[in-house]
Amino acid sequence: MPPVTWYLYVSAALFALGLFGIMTRRNAIAMLMSIELMLNAANINLVAFSGYLRGHTLVGQIFALFVIAIAAAESAVGLAIIINVYRTVKHIDADDINLMKW
Amino acid sequence: MSLSITGYQIAFITIAAMTVGSAVMVVTLPNILRSALFLAFTFLGVAGLYVLANAELLAAMQVLIYVGAITVLIMFALVLTQQLMGAKIRQSSRGWLLAAPAAALMFAFLLKGFIEPFNKAASGAVAAGPAPADAGTLVSIAKLLLQPYVLPFELASLILLAALVGAIVIAKEDKE
Repeated sequence: MPPVTWYLYVSAALFALGLFGIMTRRNAIAMLMSIELMLNAANINLVAFSGYLRGHTLVGQIFALFVIAIAAAESAVGLAIIINVYRTVKHIDADDINLMKW
Repeated sequence: MSLSITGYQIAFITIAAMTVGSAVMVVTLPNILRSALFLAFTFLGVAGLYVLANAELLAAMQVLIYVGAITVLIMFALVLTQQLMGAKIRQSSRGWLLAAPAAALMFAFLLKGFIEPFNKAASGAVAAGPAPADAGTLVSIAKLLLQPYVLPFELASLILLAALVGAIVIAKEDKE
């Protein structure tokens, strides 16, 4: 198993890239993809620490499993909302969606 | 830490390079469909990292759920919102000047504030002992999930059911 800090470097890079994607993308689906990148970065951290803690309790892996489940639910609902928004305003440019503003 | 590079480390560097490289593509490519394909590569790379961390079950789940389900879901959404699929419409380039330094700052913060202190504190203290033979296997995780963590496990299934019903209701076309 490689040193735990290597995992942390990869995870930090993925998280920063996801942040960059969220800030630059206009397409709502692309923003959702960036969020998935950041969730994966968090999962890498959890799994890496799980393998290195004393006793190998596997708690980190269990937590990562729950994160994956919640992420699946999140992306399903998020994409459904995006499709509904597309039907209403005929685009999914996150800058120009202001249906709930008054 | 010894200076000799083992096969594990070579594999890690290769997979990590693939993961981060395709993540860069995901956030920068102008064609959104291509960046969705690169997202699948990123997910596969993360699954490879899980395998190297002795988390085989999680790697399988990653391939099944992320590569199999979420990528396909994103593809479907892209096809259904077809106008934005082509390269004609600008997908990004909003606030590069602000976003790039912010992301770099975040990366630097994670390195300086989180990884470096951990590196100092952990040298020797958290030396990875030999993993028990059943660590990360299906049996040991199943025992944990169905004994101490059975309540969150059931709650997760409830959330998935609620999300399923909610997604159908939200995305359903109004007939009237």
